[in-house]
Amino acid sequence: MIEFLKRLFGQQGSSATAKERLRLVLMTDHLELAPEMIDTMKRELVDVISRYVEVDREPPKRKDATPAAAAKAGGAAPPVRKRRRRKKAASGAPSPAPAAS
Amino acid sequence: VHQVESIQPEPESSAAPAKKLGRAIVLTSGKGGVGKTTTTANLGTALANRGATVVMIDADVGLRNLDIVLGLESRVKHHMLDVLEERVTLDEALIPDKHSDKLFLLAAAQSREKDEVETEKMKALVASLRERFDYVLIDCPAGIELGFKNAVAGADEAIVICTPEVSAVRDVDRVVGLLGNRFRPQLVINRLRPLMVKKGKMLSVDDVNAILRLPLLGVIADEPEIIVTTNRGEPLALRKESPTGAAYHAIAARLAGDDVPAPMPPAAKPTLLERIGSLVGRKRP
Repeated sequence: MIEFLKRLFGQQGSSATAKERLRLVLMTDHLELAPEMIDTMKRELVDVISRYVEVDREPPKRKDATPAAAAKAGGAAPPVRKRRRRKKAASGAPSPAPAAS
Repeated sequence: VHQVESIQPEPESSAAPAKKLGRAIVLTSGKGGVGKTTTTANLGTALANRGATVVMIDADVGLRNLDIVLGLESRVKHHMLDVLEERVTLDEALIPDKHSDKLFLLAAAQSREKDEVETEKMKALVASLRERFDYVLIDCPAGIELGFKNAVAGADEAIVICTPEVSAVRDVDRVVGLLGNRFRPQLVINRLRPLMVKKGKMLSVDDVNAILRLPLLGVIADEPEIIVTTNRGEPLALRKESPTGAAYHAIAARLAGDDVPAPMPPAAKPTLLERIGSLVGRKRP
């Protein structure tokens, strides 16, 4: 009930954003990863994912797009459009997990 | 006969049991302004109140502050570097507290710089203080440069102070890494605002410690009375009836090894929205 009311009144905490940002920054601190390396990693991850599904590489341009939301959208979870049709005989690579439909 | 190195003269009475060495604890955080000095002053006051002998060292050379937080600024005649450079004896430099005859301050040099302190001399100073006091609390300067290294050098325990902010958590994480395996730092979370945590607008105690994973000594609320008591130079720990003052006493008790729970700030009062929510909820079967 309270959760519902909170949603109704648009109460959104920033502590979740703080947690998420801290997690990422401490990971890079500990591994001593340069930001460019993170970007390369992201790009390559998207490349791999895009072999299986169609991925929107452009960060969404929305009115409510905060830097955190943009980072989330363009970061670890790239917005997936749809599953790519794959030729069955294409390769020995493991087939992608069935998309939720 | 092999002579064991000893700087201090042997105690006069051979019948007296060898005194146990006191604990040398550095209070550090990396980031400035999180409350290291305030915590040192309050913890020193609370430990002395328990009957322990305590000396607080202001290791922030060039930015002396512990004296003014304790209300002892007019009593500073000599400082730590006077002792290290052998201009005065330790006893001449130790400033007795206003409220407790068990509490002493060794002030920082104000017109000197941090790189003028020799690490080895600092270590020797802390070692000799440990022979005389139950607790040596070292108020570390902000940063991770030489001032930090000197403050840490003589300590055998560490307390890290963290506020529920991304910058403070990141810095504490770094400092804990720099402290290395010699320490198992304990955590004090300072300046927590329970209402903001409840609204999801501030990192909670669990959020902070899910990242830092340190033994928690206690949590101090962000209370206006801390500013007021600092204005007056009277640490809040002098007032046990204040919840925050009592929290410092609980932290001191835990540090001393008492089996008491880590103090937490009182929970935030329910908001109007929550009161409506619980009313609506109650009517449902």
